[in-house]
Amino acid sequence: MKKTSARHNGYKRAAVATQLPKCPTGIQGLDEITGGGLPRGRPTLVCGGAGCGKTLLAAEFLVRGAVEFDEPGVLMAFEETEKELKANVASLGFDLEGLVRRGKVVVDYVHIERSEFQESGEYDLEGIFVRLAHAIDSIGAKRVVLDTLEVLFASLPNEAVLRSELRRLFRWLKDKGVTAVITAERGREQLTRHGLEEYVSDCVIVLDHRVNDQIATRHLRVVKYRGAMHGTNEFPFLIGDDGIGVLPITSLSLNHKASSERIATGIPRLDAMLGGKGFFRGSSILITGTPGTGKTIISCNFAQAAARRGERVLYFSFEESPDQIMRNMHSIGLRLEPLVQKGLLRFHSARPSLYGLEMHLATMFKEIAAFKPHVVIIDPITSLMDSGSDSEGKAMVTRLIDYLKAGQVTSLFTSLTQGGHALAQSEAAMSSLMDSWVLLQDYEGNGERNRVLYVLKARGMKHSNQIREFLISDRGIDVVDAYIGASGVLTGSARAAQNALEKAAVLEGQQEAAQLKREVERKRKALERQISDLRSDYEGEALELRRIAEQVGTRTLMLTTERTASGILRQADAKVVVSPQSKPKAGKKNG
Amino acid sequence: MKPSPKPVTTKKSAAPSRPPKRPPAPLPAGPYILRLFVAGATARAQKAVLRVRELCEAELKDNCTLEVIDIYQQPALARTNQIVATPTLIIELPKPARRFIGNLTNITGLVVGLNLSTKVKIAL
Repeated sequence: MKKTSARHNGYKRAAVATQLPKCPTGIQGLDEITGGGLPRGRPTLVCGGAGCGKTLLAAEFLVRGAVEFDEPGVLMAFEETEKELKANVASLGFDLEGLVRRGKVVVDYVHIERSEFQESGEYDLEGIFVRLAHAIDSIGAKRVVLDTLEVLFASLPNEAVLRSELRRLFRWLKDKGVTAVITAERGREQLTRHGLEEYVSDCVIVLDHRVNDQIATRHLRVVKYRGAMHGTNEFPFLIGDDGIGVLPITSLSLNHKASSERIATGIPRLDAMLGGKGFFRGSSILITGTPGTGKTIISCNFAQAAARRGERVLYFSFEESPDQIMRNMHSIGLRLEPLVQKGLLRFHSARPSLYGLEMHLATMFKEIAAFKPHVVIIDPITSLMDSGSDSEGKAMVTRLIDYLKAGQVTSLFTSLTQGGHALAQSEAAMSSLMDSWVLLQDYEGNGERNRVLYVLKARGMKHSNQIREFLISDRGIDVVDAYIGASGVLTGSARAAQNALEKAAVLEGQQEAAQLKREVERKRKALERQISDLRSDYEGEALELRRIAEQVGTRTLMLTTERTASGILRQADAKVVVSPQSKPKAGKKNG
Repeated sequence: MKPSPKPVTTKKSAAPSRPPKRPPAPLPAGPYILRLFVAGATARAQKAVLRVRELCEAELKDNCTLEVIDIYQQPALARTNQIVATPTLIIELPKPARRFIGNLTNITGLVVGLNLSTKVKIAL
């Protein structure tokens, strides 16, 4: 119901932009292509071969009109009886029976069999007019479906009468102001077998059912839409269990919001390579690699990291069953079962060849709409794309990414590349849709094979340009620096050997330095010894010197004393200043 | 080539011999019920009504019930009787029911259908 209201709004917006009044079909995607619906009050021709879904499209137009837009409708069936019709559309979830009972829809089966009547003169088809008018007036119908008028050509012998009557019928329908859908078989050279397009010139929709590589896809094209802009491309459409779904590519606009929130990949070193924070939320991530490079492992790590944050993860697997993935992840210590049990992780496994691309896309849309995941993983996108042509595949990825981005869902795609040569062309085409691209490669040499990883592009973030070695062990995965030197990139045991070599070199240097240090120490010690020797020599000499100085002082004092004494004896008048200590001081200085 | 015209001629010769025998046979077999569906009072409708009345009066006498229905007046009947073209004459009885579309300018088929004599009195 939410869906329908959204569609309704979409219609209203489109209707404002165009002048021609439109009648919304309510059919998923068709209103987008036609810019709001079919021309109101005019007949529209829907033609196509057998099994294209003409009747269904017409019936859905009528049922949705009655249910969603409160426009009662009349279905005039020439091929199927009322009972058959009711049963057929009931399988698609349309309650035609109920609508008929509530007076929203009138189903009138016109039975006309060539063998059951004879012609006996002039006639017209007033019977059909009267029946239609009666049905329209009885419920106030706004919509009319004629399915398939061409039956009349087989039943009525007089084509001239029939043609003039048909012309009158379409004129009459227009005058009546009902929006009509007329279905017709596709002709060989014309759009319809009996040239009905000649009478219905306002809007012509061609349905087509083609088989390509054993996979059938239905297409819808608006050939003509007088007085309005419309998508002219051929759009694939599906008949699902809730009616027709046209999946327009071009009608999706590029105006989704871009989150600047970053989410971790579950591999710290990979986060570090992506500016330290991981990928943007809502971005599209592509992981390409040759077989056995660990694409699924990275995906599972990413899934686990997201689920551990409490986000819902939807994992589409096109090669392995859920059990197989979970078992294989045990080998690297990744336990996904608890997350599945908690309802945070859901697997959806299907073989790519199960059905066509469109059907895959539709189921994926349905799953996504039901589970409302934060992260969607598609592993691998290449095997899915192989089930259609390149352009179809790309269109599908475009639609998927647009759909996911509109819902701010982060998407991770893995892609298998053929070993040996560079990127396949389809991959290059797909890459333009991707915001980030991580490349996994095998690096062969030295009799071994190692995995390397690098970030080829990461829109809007700083990222490492280096090749890293990517290790898978029973403890999980790790990203280590690969040795990049003069001899190229070394990985695995070569990298280990190189590391050992480098370690040895370092050790040698260290030893040399230590020895030099010891030598210097020894020299310093020798020098110190010499210094102390010299000092002790000097101290001895200094002591001797002091002793001599004291002796000299004493002698001088004695001399002075003696001289004074003799002076006294001689009665000398010269004053004697006692300064015996100054003299040894001076002597000491000199010494 | 030769054997084919022979049976035709025998049939033709047989046909005139039949009428004296046949008319008494269908007449007591039961009443004729004819329903003519027309759309409004157009010239075409009037012609059809006229023709069928003539036929009834001339050939079927009292043994015939004719109902003329204007589908403009009773549109629901158009649906229940599966009317596509107008005028449509439905011979309800005798069984099996047969339909004739058109304004009945050419009633040879009708005459054959009703097992009437070829010496129909009304103008063809």
